[in-house]
Amino acid sequence: MVNKPARPTDRLIGNDSWNIQLDSNGRLKHFLTLEGLGSEILTSILDTAESFANVNQQRVKKVPLLRGKTIVNLFFEASTRTRTTFELAAKRLSADILNINISTSATSKGESLLDTLQNLQAMLCDMFIVRHSDSGAAHFIAGNVAPHISVINAGDGRHAHPTQAMLDMFTIRRNKGHDFGKLRVAIVGDLMHSRVARSQIHALNILNTGDVRVIAPKTLIPTDIEDMGVSVFNDLRSGIRDADVVIMLRLQKERMQGAFLPSEHEYYSLYGLTEERLRAAKDDVIVMHPGPINRGVEIESSVADGEHSVILDQVTFGISVRMAIMSMVLGREPEHIETEAIG
Amino acid sequence: MSRLLVANGLIMDPVTQTVKSSSVYIADGRIIAIDHQPDGFEAEQTIDASGLIISPGLVDLCARLREPGLEFKADINSETRAAASAGITTLCCPPDTDPVIDEPAVVELIHRKAAMAAHANVLALGALTNGLKGQLLSEMHALREAGCVGVSNSRNPVANTLILRRAYAYAANCEMTVFIEPDEHWLSAGGCAHDGPVATRLGLQGIAVSAETVAISRALELILETGVKAHFGRLSSAHGVELIRRAKELGMKISADVSAHQLFLNEMDINSFNSMCHVLPPLRSQRDMEALRQAVRDGVIDAICSDHQPHEPDAKQAPFASTQPGISALETLLPLALRLVHEQVVPAYTALSLLTSKPAAILGINAGVLAVNRPADICIYDPEQDWQLEPSAMLSRGRNTPFTGWNFQGKVRYTILGGNLVHSA
Repeated sequence: MVNKPARPTDRLIGNDSWNIQLDSNGRLKHFLTLEGLGSEILTSILDTAESFANVNQQRVKKVPLLRGKTIVNLFFEASTRTRTTFELAAKRLSADILNINISTSATSKGESLLDTLQNLQAMLCDMFIVRHSDSGAAHFIAGNVAPHISVINAGDGRHAHPTQAMLDMFTIRRNKGHDFGKLRVAIVGDLMHSRVARSQIHALNILNTGDVRVIAPKTLIPTDIEDMGVSVFNDLRSGIRDADVVIMLRLQKERMQGAFLPSEHEYYSLYGLTEERLRAAKDDVIVMHPGPINRGVEIESSVADGEHSVILDQVTFGISVRMAIMSMVLGREPEHIETEAIG
Repeated sequence: MSRLLVANGLIMDPVTQTVKSSSVYIADGRIIAIDHQPDGFEAEQTIDASGLIISPGLVDLCARLREPGLEFKADINSETRAAASAGITTLCCPPDTDPVIDEPAVVELIHRKAAMAAHANVLALGALTNGLKGQLLSEMHALREAGCVGVSNSRNPVANTLILRRAYAYAANCEMTVFIEPDEHWLSAGGCAHDGPVATRLGLQGIAVSAETVAISRALELILETGVKAHFGRLSSAHGVELIRRAKELGMKISADVSAHQLFLNEMDINSFNSMCHVLPPLRSQRDMEALRQAVRDGVIDAICSDHQPHEPDAKQAPFASTQPGISALETLLPLALRLVHEQVVPAYTALSLLTSKPAAILGINAGVLAVNRPADICIYDPEQDWQLEPSAMLSRGRNTPFTGWNFQGKVRYTILGGNLVHSA
């Protein structure tokens, strides 16, 4: 039967697009989402990051891998930590990096996203690192830039934050070893609005994690999230029981406005990670948080600063992991152009 | 006016459910005979319809022509031209133009522009409330006098249920059908995709099925109390269909339609971030799509419309949630309906009746039927012709379609409007 063509002729974005991040050799051209990537690519990112972790310990923390490359940090949404670690990672790879904060510049003057892109593209750079408040923004940009430009997603709406998830996987692997199959990982908090959680869930499942759980009140659990390969808990204590890893998510204060929650106080009383509650997890549990943390809202200070916390390690590892991703994306061999067989 | 002969085609009559090889004789804008040549009839123009299907011209219950107010997207001339090429001879536009169709002058403007273009009959729905703001009643009697075939608040909310009740009662008083696009604003505001696994995975704000069903339930209660004649447009969910089915079983005089794209696309087609699939109500689950098809089959849904919403290219060039919803759909209305026939969802008669006689009955107009003395609004198509949709070949100024590259069978060859040939290909 005649049906939709296997390869849509539609040039506009959308179709086929989580493969737009791979080139014809199956290597990363863009880094937009973890969905659709294989465990080989993820493992290779983690292994490469290991080698850069050593560079970052040296007195001269610089390698010439991306010398002569120009990278643009294109942030349509405020960020300190992510932007800074990308900047450091680029500098340690010897690339030139430019920071552009768009929320205060062009688009607020009515310029369309596409126009902004075309202007930046005309400045002949090699990579855009993009953060935007719309889900799908990184895909849109990757689908509309010139072919020589790579795009790394530094967070798009509620959709994905793949470099954060990779540094989280790196942190887990450093602490718990290479076999994710025996791990129970609990993600606690505002799943509804979290791009970090979505990317973590993909990463954990691609790496064959034994048990991935999400814990939140019903108002903050997205519909059908089970389909992403997690089990859902509404109760913190039963959710984190015997967990090897507990990942806390930031609760934004504006959530009270949308009637997702009555108060920070009540949220903390039910879902705040306290020392006492953490005892339900395994003795050697690690506690993670993508930051910035809200002490006394989602996590007790003594837990955030305590022996189980690896929150600051995450920040450190973020540099190596981002170096790994940037070097893999920009350091590819030139694409082999396939010629059609005559037959 | 000219005398026209449509010779030796296959007349497919959705009302009598018959096909016969025959000829249609047209004079002074009307069909004056079928089969037998009237005495003294001499055709000034003859269309050889051998091998072609002769059907009533299509009646589209919902097409936004973008005029007045959004002429940078499309206009009455461009869109009725596209309609004619697609076999559509009558289309009905909702009142959310700019200015809103809440006073006779706007209706007159639309009618005048349509008459000047002379590609298709254009009917208008009047606003249910002034400016569609949901606060004050529109002058429904005046709108009716100006030619509006019904009233609607489009997708704009009427927050106060008492005002909605009075608006329905007043519409009943004016003998105006209320056209409802069921949407509970507070449940859908900010959403851009079905609240399900795809929206969750892509991080898009969802619109729950309850946005549709809460609105239907509220409207049904008020229809019962006020006795207004009502039509529910653009159903999207299995549960919504179920509410309509039960209300019909209880004997309520209501009707319903679905847009053609809802019968072929579902949430998976958004995969990933395809802005051409950004529509409201959103594309829902596979199960919902199957239920809509079943409702078309068993008559719970009375009509298929295009829900045509042409856009300029920029409107779809942005991250998904920031794009504008809607599909340029006039030119895929008949092709998709014929595909329902090929996929054995409905027999050909049923498919045509959903596009002709039934929507005409909902609008209460003299159209959608091939019979002597009826207006000669006719669509003649080649049922065998295979073609592939290329946006560049579309006549609508909006090329925003998710059906690019789809293969269709059946293409309009001639369209006759009021006895005049308005399209031939």
